[in-house]
Amino acid sequence: MSKHPQSLRVVITDDEAPARSRIKDLLEDCAGSFPLELAGEAASGRELLALLEETPADVVLLDIRMPEMDGIEVAQHLLKLPEPPSVIFTTAYNDHALKAFELHAVDYLLKPIRLRRLHDALTRVRAITPLRLDVLQQITPDARTHLSVQERGKVVLIPVPEILYLRAELKYVTIRTVVREYLLEEPLSKLEQEFADQFVRIHRSCLVAKAQITGFEKEGGDGGEARWLVTLAGLDEKLPVSRRQQHIVKELGRTVL
Amino acid sequence: MTWLSACSDAIFGLNQPMASINQNRYPNLLPNFRNLGVMLRLIVIVIGMTIFGAALKSANWFDMYDQWLSISALSQPMVILSLLLLGLANGWLHRLDYPLAVAVIVAVEVGIAFLVVIATWSVFTPGTPGLARTGFFTVVATLLVLAYFNLRSRVLSPALTEARLQALQARIRPHFLFNSINAVLSLVRSEPRRAETALEDLADLFRVLMADNRDLVPLEREVELCHQYLGLETLRLGDRLRVEWQVDGMPANALVPPLLLQPLLENAVYHGIEPSMEPGVINIQIFSDRDRVQMLLRNPYREAGSHHTGNKMALANIRERLSLHFDAEASLQTRTSDGHYEVRITLPYVREET
Repeated sequence: MSKHPQSLRVVITDDEAPARSRIKDLLEDCAGSFPLELAGEAASGRELLALLEETPADVVLLDIRMPEMDGIEVAQHLLKLPEPPSVIFTTAYNDHALKAFELHAVDYLLKPIRLRRLHDALTRVRAITPLRLDVLQQITPDARTHLSVQERGKVVLIPVPEILYLRAELKYVTIRTVVREYLLEEPLSKLEQEFADQFVRIHRSCLVAKAQITGFEKEGGDGGEARWLVTLAGLDEKLPVSRRQQHIVKELGRTVL
Repeated sequence: MTWLSACSDAIFGLNQPMASINQNRYPNLLPNFRNLGVMLRLIVIVIGMTIFGAALKSANWFDMYDQWLSISALSQPMVILSLLLLGLANGWLHRLDYPLAVAVIVAVEVGIAFLVVIATWSVFTPGTPGLARTGFFTVVATLLVLAYFNLRSRVLSPALTEARLQALQARIRPHFLFNSINAVLSLVRSEPRRAETALEDLADLFRVLMADNRDLVPLEREVELCHQYLGLETLRLGDRLRVEWQVDGMPANALVPPLLLQPLLENAVYHGIEPSMEPGVINIQIFSDRDRVQMLLRNPYREAGSHHTGNKMALANIRERLSLHFDAEASLQTRTSDGHYEVRITLPYVREET
């Protein structure tokens, strides 16, 4: 635990160094009137998650417009932590997200941030209702750039372009990359909707990344029991296409290959 | 009736504040007669008029062709002579008051018409129109053509006012303004001097954005503005933004529309640099190639950022302004190739008058 058990541990996340240093100045000003400590700084969502593995925090000041992964997606991955920190979004200008924030009582600060606003937001941070995944997903209609799974108290990020396929089994969805498998606790049907541009359903329980398909092979044959198999880049395993989804062989055979 | 009165207003400039006309050579209610686009428009309009005239005079298709040939025999030498004379007198005509210039042009055209008719008298004795009729048609045709250029200039000029509005509302993205102010605030305590410079740059940038940007400016001033803008962005983005200027062959005194490059650089930063954590290079090449100025902007292209409406708006506005100032002689082209987005601008090398 921290040296000062009652003090609020704050992490700043912003891709622009001057923006971080500005918040740091303001936090020092705040520290005079109530106990808080700067637990760390991160320049991206990925850095933030890595930081939180080592250093627990109570609140994250999270910039919305960041490269690689925007703040709203980062907040979704944060929810997989055993004890997710509170989130206060910071943004210079983003009208559509702001309306959604108001609607769902999500906390945010407009940049340039005023000392009083920051002070108020930090004082009531323990009282605010935690973020909910469905609310965050409503705010950004865009597909995530990463999927995240929890492993031994850590959040592991998997970039979506590295995923070969997603397969539903019992409670979980298996994420397969060239390197290994991960277990994800999200319904396959929702993933299919979110990533409709990038993935195609080849079977009742399997979504395949269109960009990773290298070919289709016919298996069996004479007896009328022939079926199509999908081959994927860097993977020996071949995935069967169900009878109902056979039309995708024709469709993708033309566009992908 | 309203159309007619609009036309007469357009021709005689009745509703036009005269003072503003001579202040800038481009744009003007008179076209630039040395511009290739203007010449082409003139030729096409005259051909259109002769076809219309031939249709009115003729009973059937074959007759119409004959009529057209005989009208063209008169009108084509007129067009060539007119283009030559107007091109030579272009600068002088633009310094005259508009009504006087119109009167001079009409007189010159009537003179040319008489000359041509008299010169061809012997060839076309039977069908040749009398001097009075020729004079009348020439006056009408000349006024119509001038009215067309006048209206065209007015239709395109809202682009100039819009440039200012759009700059404030959309092109200079609020995102950029607030992030820059935020960056300056971060410097106030630690590096007050850099904060000062940054605020001065910001002030300069907004002064240009809010100015009445009708007049062309020397290219070096636009480039200076771009330096200031990129300086502000470097403050925010640090090492992520790298800029390569290749402007050794730049014609510093070439006249360009203000805010020609800055909005394009802003798009380059927004779409090419900000979406990635990795450093990206914006490359700017400007050089003159005989009587043309070439500009080439390149930035990394990241497919993920699909919000291109701002970009399209800026491009459309720049295209409109280029076409207003230089007609068909200027062009703006964009393309994406091997991970890069490119904007290429070509415009005539119009030198600053000293």
